[in-house]
Amino acid sequence: MQNSNLNFDYKFGFSMPEKNVFKAKKGLTKKTVEDISSLKKEPTWMKEFRIKAYESFKKRKMPAWGANLSKIDFDDIYYYIKPTEKQVNSWADLPKEIKDTYDRIGVPEAEKNFLSGVSAQYESEVVYESINRELNKRGVIFCDMDTALRKYPKIIKKYFGTLISPHDNKFASLNSAVWSGGSFVYVPKGVKLPMPLQAYFRINAERFGQFERTLIIAEEGSFVHYIEGCTAPIYTTTSLHAAVVEIFVKKGARVRYTTVQNWSHNIYNLVTKRATVDEEGIMEWVDCNIGSGVTMKYPSVILKGKSSHGEVLSIAYAAKGQHQDAGAKMYHLAPDTSSRIISKSISKDGGRTSYRGLVSVSPGAKNSKVYVSCDALIMDEQSRSDTYPYMRINEKDCEVQHEATVEKLGEEKLFYLTSRGIKKPEAETLLVNGFIEPVVKEIPLEYSIELNRLIRMEMSGSVG
Amino acid sequence: MLELKNLTINVSDKTIIQNLNLKLEKNKVYVLMGPNGSGKSTLALTLMGHPLYQIKSGKILFEKKDITNLEPDKKANAGIFLSFQSPLSLSGVSIFSLLRTAIAGRKDPLILKEEIEKTAKILKIKKELLERSFNEGTSGGEKKKLELLQASVLNPKFLMFDEIDTGVDVDALKTIAQFMEKNKKGKTYLLITHYNRILKYVKPDVVLVMINGKIVKQGDYRLAEEIEKKGYAKL
Repeated sequence: MQNSNLNFDYKFGFSMPEKNVFKAKKGLTKKTVEDISSLKKEPTWMKEFRIKAYESFKKRKMPAWGANLSKIDFDDIYYYIKPTEKQVNSWADLPKEIKDTYDRIGVPEAEKNFLSGVSAQYESEVVYESINRELNKRGVIFCDMDTALRKYPKIIKKYFGTLISPHDNKFASLNSAVWSGGSFVYVPKGVKLPMPLQAYFRINAERFGQFERTLIIAEEGSFVHYIEGCTAPIYTTTSLHAAVVEIFVKKGARVRYTTVQNWSHNIYNLVTKRATVDEEGIMEWVDCNIGSGVTMKYPSVILKGKSSHGEVLSIAYAAKGQHQDAGAKMYHLAPDTSSRIISKSISKDGGRTSYRGLVSVSPGAKNSKVYVSCDALIMDEQSRSDTYPYMRINEKDCEVQHEATVEKLGEEKLFYLTSRGIKKPEAETLLVNGFIEPVVKEIPLEYSIELNRLIRMEMSGSVG
Repeated sequence: MLELKNLTINVSDKTIIQNLNLKLEKNKVYVLMGPNGSGKSTLALTLMGHPLYQIKSGKILFEKKDITNLEPDKKANAGIFLSFQSPLSLSGVSIFSLLRTAIAGRKDPLILKEEIEKTAKILKIKKELLERSFNEGTSGGEKKKLELLQASVLNPKFLMFDEIDTGVDVDALKTIAQFMEKNKKGKTYLLITHYNRILKYVKPDVVLVMINGKIVKQGDYRLAEEIEKKGYAKL
């Protein structure tokens, strides 16, 4: 791997020539929002939803807490780009530049192996999608959000924006106003999907913010594992990724949502993710943030049904110039609910990680169990880690456990490993991968290999 | 095999070992005895290249090459091994991944895995210990056996065993002795110990007694017996 001290050395830092059919003007006005909606031939309610969201976005101030967002210039961003005229269903139909881009990040290879449903996103529109026949047969819907709005308007209207309102926070408002692409997943009652649904994301336009919108509905007793992995090319100026993900877990259903985020270091990754869980349902967020310059992301679970369970397992890695402000939110609203938050963060070469978590147990959520564990590993003196754990416990009859550790990479451990003939950087990587292992083991094999490889690459990039 | 010339070692600016001269030969078992704090572990850790132990003067020659200032990994790859007095634990790192990384590129991982499993069986190490976090929740005896397992797989030439006989039962002691007996040819052992216990099973060629950082006496196995009876004070 080659290194450069001047630029971010980013493995996927290449950019393909753009071939766009339509590109909205830079900056955001009410007109842009209306144009996006008209261009997509959306129903009136969606156009109104977007406009309301836009008004909210204009009114809201930037968050006064968390990471530094002062460099984001909302007037210097394209809010909509449509790369190709029509959706394509097979690999062969894709334009050559797009294929080349995917070749480089290895999508076809992964698909060859065992991806059953790839919904790959290029710029703001899903252009490539291969839906497993098996999914259709079982009544599962897995498509991009724009298609979903056209084909299933009733169900979209029923759920869209009901969990994360267009007025929720500034970036959710922005997404609601200009969203494009993302995935829609509907799993009928009792259907348990043995293979994960996967979507690859890719942004390829300078100053272009990606505002995807994902909605997952898991009906009673169903199970689905959704995986998103992202790589993005390098830019010369900042870029914004403000996504919204809403998940509805019905009675006895289980949804697992895994993210391996590796945006290039100039991206602001500001994502609102929330799930609501009915009786005996289970929601699990597995969230790995390796890339992006700034991340603010706190996957939330609203445990509203009796005996429901929520989990957030996360890894954050911050190297030079990066700030990963990530965490979790758990709302216990019903009796016998349980939750588990495990956060592992690593900061290196002046990087900064913050764990920011909220656990709320409402009156009446009797016999609830909460477990929070956040561990931070600091690799050197320049790096920083902070923990902001908030607890709002308004029910006496509940059990809350909170553990937090901060450790510096131990010299004795490094000596032990090097005394076995392991070079120091490799010993560090071994220890770091060991540190995040409790979370990594929850991720499907090909992703955990990728994750370990990313970490190794990041580590060796700064050592050598 | 190993030669120390006028070696002076400091730990946080305090001299622990001064002007030590020592020559260890091939195919021999040495025992280094001495009271607590006499500098035995300091010597072993320094020979392995621990960053906190500073070599103020003198030289370490290994197979006639100067290795005084080599990094620990280079010393290990040259054929030096230290079985730690209290091996630490590594969360999320199994002995498999540790050895796989250490041997990387030199052996097929599958062959390595078989070798580890085979050796573990001989050393009576429970199979589950190989998969889980290294030394987490393992007994003192198991820890020492895992050190031995690494010694076997890495196949070094010069082996230092720092108190490998503490915290282990008689069975483990026998296993350790058998291991040494089988892997004696072409190797040099330096056993650091307080007691005679292991010497019932391993017959040393040379017994060295260290007090206050100096080798004060040298002899054959009978010296160890003498120390057991009379203690260090009489020396």
